[in-house]
Amino acid sequence: MTPTPAPTDTTHALEAVSAARWRVAISLTIAMMVAYFGFILLVAFNKPLLGSILVPGLSLGMLLGALVIVAAWVLTWIYVRWANTHYDASVDRLRQ
Amino acid sequence: MTSILGAPNAVAIAFFLLFIALSLGITVWASRKTRTTEHFYAAGRSVTAFQNGLALAGDYMSAASFLGIAGLVALSGFDGLIYSIGWLVGWPIVMFLIAEPLRNLGRFTFADVLAARLAQTPIRIAAAIGSLAVISFYLIAQMVGAGNLIRLLFGLPYEAAVVIVGAVMLAYVLFGGMIATTWVQIIKAVLLLGGATLMAGLVLLQFSFNPLALFEKASSTYGASVLAPGRQVTDPIDAVSLGLALMLGTAGLPHILMRFYTVRDARTARTSVGYATACIGFFYLLTFVLGFGAMVSVGREAITKIDAGGNMAAPLLAEVLGGPGFLGFIAAVAFATILAVVAGLTLSGAATLSHDLWVSVWRGAHADEREQLVVARVATVLLAALSIVLGIAFKGQNVAYMVGLAFAIAASANFPALVLAIFWPRLTTTGACLSMLTGTVSTLTLIWLSPTIQIDILKHADALVPLRNPGIITIPLSFAVAILVSVLRPVASEARRFAELERQLHVGVE
Repeated sequence: MTPTPAPTDTTHALEAVSAARWRVAISLTIAMMVAYFGFILLVAFNKPLLGSILVPGLSLGMLLGALVIVAAWVLTWIYVRWANTHYDASVDRLRQ
Repeated sequence: MTSILGAPNAVAIAFFLLFIALSLGITVWASRKTRTTEHFYAAGRSVTAFQNGLALAGDYMSAASFLGIAGLVALSGFDGLIYSIGWLVGWPIVMFLIAEPLRNLGRFTFADVLAARLAQTPIRIAAAIGSLAVISFYLIAQMVGAGNLIRLLFGLPYEAAVVIVGAVMLAYVLFGGMIATTWVQIIKAVLLLGGATLMAGLVLLQFSFNPLALFEKASSTYGASVLAPGRQVTDPIDAVSLGLALMLGTAGLPHILMRFYTVRDARTARTSVGYATACIGFFYLLTFVLGFGAMVSVGREAITKIDAGGNMAAPLLAEVLGGPGFLGFIAAVAFATILAVVAGLTLSGAATLSHDLWVSVWRGAHADEREQLVVARVATVLLAALSIVLGIAFKGQNVAYMVGLAFAIAASANFPALVLAIFWPRLTTTGACLSMLTGTVSTLTLIWLSPTIQIDILKHADALVPLRNPGIITIPLSFAVAILVSVLRPVASEARRFAELERQLHVGVE
């Protein structure tokens, strides 16, 4: 079905894989930084807000802090899923 | 409460001897399998994703983060959480930007990635300076911490503790290389995660497994302020600066990066970071429960009476929960924790000295396997001796800032050059070298001029630089140096070399 790709096609495919890889990597990195530094800046600039108690035993700051850890997990999971399905398939095509 | 801490504890010593016996047994087994540099530095690239995930966690979770964070939470509540999060958020960055390209482009050290596309000799020398600075400060902090801890936990003299840690770590690395180091780190991770989970479970058992009830008890005893940000973060710039160093420094730690070479391929490296991130995040959530548990069950006064910094909060909590037996177990786990971290550090230092400097620079890559292994082992002995000497020399010094310093250098010297080498076609040898040197020198200079050294340690009235954490200046500075120098003096052949390597970056060595 697919003929042996000409060198330009291979270069093209490689560039496409690179571009997609970096787009995903940079977006997720920015998302992680926004979550983490958002939290740090809130701690630095609005202590009373973070100290407000949501339910007995839980302050907003603790909830947000735990959510940053969860965000790190979720972003990692999103990356692994993307890489396992899309990136690996493209890399396998490059290999052939 | 009265604690048996500090007195020689039979259970602790028994658990500790058991761990030493087991780990030395593994070392004997590993030494038979360690025949080539591929084994010595990279465990034959046969570590599985799950094993490497645990080993990464074992390499990274130091006694400082276990005992230190639990103590910080016990004494100041919420503020400890800021640190727990800081130690975790670097892992997604490692995953997104570094792990897979690193595995595909290098062999043993992160400098391999830079050397693959730039001029070997200058790049490896510059990378070695940054790596050795990171490793030395990290090692000093671990050794001094080990001496203090073991004195408190087992009642052993400081010097004896430092020598024992140095000697046992030397045995692992010298004979068993990366295979033994990996297994020590895996066992330590399992013990630490298991011990912390068990302890957190016992704490929560008293609160019908509702952590909020625990936090509420803490706030009703010590005031609602324990659930709110306190004095730990006062200067926003310093806080962001510390955050940057923790986040990006994780992605520039030589001993962590080296672990990605122990797996078969980039895919396995990726999965292993996933496991590591899950384990480390879970662990830091646990330390939060442990800290509050210690605050409520042990009490702040009892904690500060034993150690003003709060470092004994977790062991004291273990004693309250499970008596001297459980205390002994946790003390042995803390000891194992230190050993696993110093072994990883020493091995990566040996790789820098022998693979980067001796073999690649001095011998121009013309060294046979036998010579490489001999040099790697000589380097290991030198590093172990050095760490014992430094550990004893820094006795009684406040070295808490040294881990922060190691992260700051890793983030400023290693991370910018590494990430640009992976991403940016126009990076040149001169740009990368000057960036790494700038990162190292500017971080050391700013720390020297900071209040941490000038006011806290040298007792001067004021400091030239108000920042305690230099990352916010030094990280952008080394990025800027790399980019400006590369753009102002472009090298066409180096950009072409990047294009040649681009396929390998994704596909690996074919």
